[in-house]
Amino acid sequence: MAHAMTHASVMEPSPEAEPGAGVYNEKLGMWIFLLSEIMFFTALIGSYIILRFAHPEAWAAPGKVLNIPVTAVNTFLLICSSVSMVKAYASIADGNQKMLRLWLVLTVLMGATFVGIQAYEYYHLIEKAFVPSAGLYGSTFYTMTGFHGFHVTMGVICMSFVTWKAFRGRYTAADHRGVEVIGLYWHFVDLVWIILFTIVYLI
Amino acid sequence: MSWISWMLPPGASTFAGDIDRIYYVILVITGIAFVVVEVGLVWFLIKYRARPGRTVIYTHGNNTAEVIWTSITAVTVVILGLMSAGIWNRIKGRDSVPANAMAIRVNVKQFEWNFVYPGPDGRFDTPDDFTRRNQLHLPVNQAVVVELMSEDVIHSFNIPAFRIKQDAVPGMHIRAWFQPTVTGEYELGCAELCGLGHYRMRAVVTVHSLEEYQRWLGEQSPTVASK
Amino acid sequence: MATIAPPVEPAVHALVDDRTFLRKYIFSTDHKIIGIQFLLMSLIFLLIGGILAMMMRWQLGFPGRPMPGGGLLPETMASGAVILPEFYASLVTMHGTFMVFFAIMPLLVGVFGNYLIPLKIGAPDMAFPRLNMASFWLAVPAGLLMIAGFFVEGGHAAAGWTGYAPLSANPEYTGVSAGQQLWCLSLIILGLSSILGAVNYISTVINLRAPGMTWFRMPLSIWSLFITAILVLLAMPILSGALIMLLFDQSLGTHFFLPADGGQPILWQHLFWFFGHPEVYILILPAMGMVSDIISNGARKPIFGYHSMVFAIMSIGFLGWVVWGHHMFQSGMNPTLGTTFMVSTMLISVPSAIKVFNWLGTLWGGSIKFTVPMLHACAFVAMFVIGGLSGVFMASPPLDMYIHDTYFIVAHLHYVLFGGSLFAIFGAITFWYPKMFGRMMSPRLGKLHFFLTFVFYNLVFFPMHQLGLQGHMRRIYDPSTYEFMKPLAGLNRFITISAFLLFASQLLFLVNFIGSWFRGRKAEPNPWDDTGLEWTTPSPPPHGNWAVTPRVYHPPYEFGSGRTAEDFLPQDRKLDTPPAPARAPASR
Repeated sequence: MAHAMTHASVMEPSPEAEPGAGVYNEKLGMWIFLLSEIMFFTALIGSYIILRFAHPEAWAAPGKVLNIPVTAVNTFLLICSSVSMVKAYASIADGNQKMLRLWLVLTVLMGATFVGIQAYEYYHLIEKAFVPSAGLYGSTFYTMTGFHGFHVTMGVICMSFVTWKAFRGRYTAADHRGVEVIGLYWHFVDLVWIILFTIVYLI
Repeated sequence: MSWISWMLPPGASTFAGDIDRIYYVILVITGIAFVVVEVGLVWFLIKYRARPGRTVIYTHGNNTAEVIWTSITAVTVVILGLMSAGIWNRIKGRDSVPANAMAIRVNVKQFEWNFVYPGPDGRFDTPDDFTRRNQLHLPVNQAVVVELMSEDVIHSFNIPAFRIKQDAVPGMHIRAWFQPTVTGEYELGCAELCGLGHYRMRAVVTVHSLEEYQRWLGEQSPTVASK
Repeated sequence: MATIAPPVEPAVHALVDDRTFLRKYIFSTDHKIIGIQFLLMSLIFLLIGGILAMMMRWQLGFPGRPMPGGGLLPETMASGAVILPEFYASLVTMHGTFMVFFAIMPLLVGVFGNYLIPLKIGAPDMAFPRLNMASFWLAVPAGLLMIAGFFVEGGHAAAGWTGYAPLSANPEYTGVSAGQQLWCLSLIILGLSSILGAVNYISTVINLRAPGMTWFRMPLSIWSLFITAILVLLAMPILSGALIMLLFDQSLGTHFFLPADGGQPILWQHLFWFFGHPEVYILILPAMGMVSDIISNGARKPIFGYHSMVFAIMSIGFLGWVVWGHHMFQSGMNPTLGTTFMVSTMLISVPSAIKVFNWLGTLWGGSIKFTVPMLHACAFVAMFVIGGLSGVFMASPPLDMYIHDTYFIVAHLHYVLFGGSLFAIFGAITFWYPKMFGRMMSPRLGKLHFFLTFVFYNLVFFPMHQLGLQGHMRRIYDPSTYEFMKPLAGLNRFITISAFLLFASQLLFLVNFIGSWFRGRKAEPNPWDDTGLEWTTPSPPPHGNWAVTPRVYHPPYEFGSGRTAEDFLPQDRKLDTPPAPARAPASR
């Protein structure tokens, strides 16, 4: 586009425009996108709640079918990846390229491991004949965790792209919008998992 | 001349009158609104059309006018709502089924209505129950409660002359009541798209005098195959 | 830590355009081109939806008679050129699906959201131009998938555009398998396209308004597109979730909506209508906004009650979330819930009424020019009123018992979607055509198209009220199956013939649209003497819209103020004189 931002900091809202949200466009856009994601997961989780209240007997007791210990570790891993994400952001805000790259790589690895462990879980569950068609329990479990896993996977892919850009030196203390924006998405995905882990695994 | 008529066809149940009354009240109110707005629109378009030398009334609005037309509209719809609420409760409310209502089970499926009568002993699931396919026989002036159960998809139990409509949902037992007031033959038509045979999911509803109904009942026998 | 923007010199943007043909017109990130791409795509789907309707109307007007051209259809759709019941169910489904999702919604939101928002707020483009391009190029495969459904075994989706489960969830019930799955998949992809578009529109309106374009100086077209985008953002994901669950029921053996093992058919309805009701406001709000722009322009005076209009748009947007159960009064849902939905539904008529009165107020005391856009905008008001009033009948749950799933509903929805939205769309296309293509559409063809459409449209849809009041159900392949519908055969035939004439009249629009592109009178920058920012740049505008970012000084719709030599005051015209007192009692 032929309209480069001509003002002081690209991470401040453009002074050319009428005062808006008070944040730069990409950040605003991500927040707005996350609102739509909240609605999407609300549809899935809301349906689960309705179906479960109507037929609680269709659910096994916690831990009977699903592997809580392994998933708890996985949850911890995802939370750690949010921490590393915060560290990555803090690093580049200080202009520290090296630590940015390190923390981003860690985030990608932990995110990918999370997905891997989920896949491994699915494999075992399917072997135990716990499949999507296994009544309401199976239907809701796979749909909710599956779409969460899909969102984590998309996040890992985007995070990898951001990491690649970081290795190319594309982020600076003055402009690290991409890091902040992917960070927002990442924390959201983590938050959804905490909710899912609680209501799907622990209850 | 039904192609221009805003009249409803004759109703033949106890609450048809209530429902029709709401219809006519709403018709009159919306009719007045329609005339006022459309005539106003056309009148303004004619009166305020551009003509040489015409200047406009430069104004941004009028708060008083806003308050007035908003209040009138709000009050009107609230009244219409209140009128409807009572009748709705009486027809479909939790305790709306009359105590003396005669029960008939309706097993619905693609693309037929099976009416299960409890038989002379008045109880379901006994040997004297019988089923009639696509024929519903009722005595006049007797409340009826149908217990709708669908085997497959959503259908809708719909007898326009009685102003009764109730979806039949698989997995649910849904009750709906009505009381026919005029003897005669009526039609029941499925009112929820249920597949390719939806258009022909028709049943005949015959409302008999009490004597005729007893005679018809007597003619039904548990050993007669469903017809 | 927001910093308030200090007054700055307007930014000077270099408007060098050295893009390749592919980048300029095919994979364009320019909001204007994307808007036109959506326009062309949507008009094609409007035509398809219309053709499907003509086939439906043939069967309803002449049940069981061989349809002209029916011999071209495969045996699965028509036997001896007579439409089959299973194909009729698909026709009904696909007419609704194409019209709602691939015609009206993209015409209002994809076309005018894209085209108008940056231009009318003074921005060079959308906040995320590449995301914008992605939105369009996601809609295309969605449309192709939807068309593909006609060509798969078992035929296309046949459970209505509302896709009620279990009919839609189990192929055994319709004989349709792949078609219904394609339907789900297509709409999921379209949903993503719409959501990304909404992110763009909302971000752009919030952050990219030109200096001086405060919230309450935005034209109502932009306000309505903004609120609509919020509805799209929050409602489409619900549909996506529901469609995913439906798709899984169809293909993975899950039981969300299938009663065996505890699924709930009514859950589908709740999810669908929780999306579906905001969806219908998505289908009307932008039309209302654009009609406000056009009526104010045509009457040469400010919109009456601008702030009330904004408030009404916001109220409709908000209340639209709490009325969904009025589609489900007879569904087996708890009747007490029905009463609460009745209350909210009755209330939502109030903001719409406010808008109608304000349009009348705008016409009052005006100097009305009957341009083609103005004709369409006034017809919108007249037809929308009918559609809105018919809605009052069905808002009453006991009366809805009689009306539900009859042609009274079909009349209502077509009065708001065709009489309302489509007339507004015709008017808006005519109004902004010069800006889009640099040429004027022919006024003569436009007026002829308008009158014929107006007449035939009412001949088609008004009698449907009568059909419904006599009890004629919806989606009935052969009404003569029922004794009580046999007397209505004549009326059905009348409607069918009117429908053919209505369809034929659209040829005039097609000719005007295409012909004017090549042969229309060249348009000046501001052919309608309008106050909006889009008219301060050439027709069509260059990439980047302005060489110098506009600066806004006035509210929209300043017609007839007397402060300028012409009868209108463009929003970016700097004046030295203060506002004159109004000539009639006025308040903002």
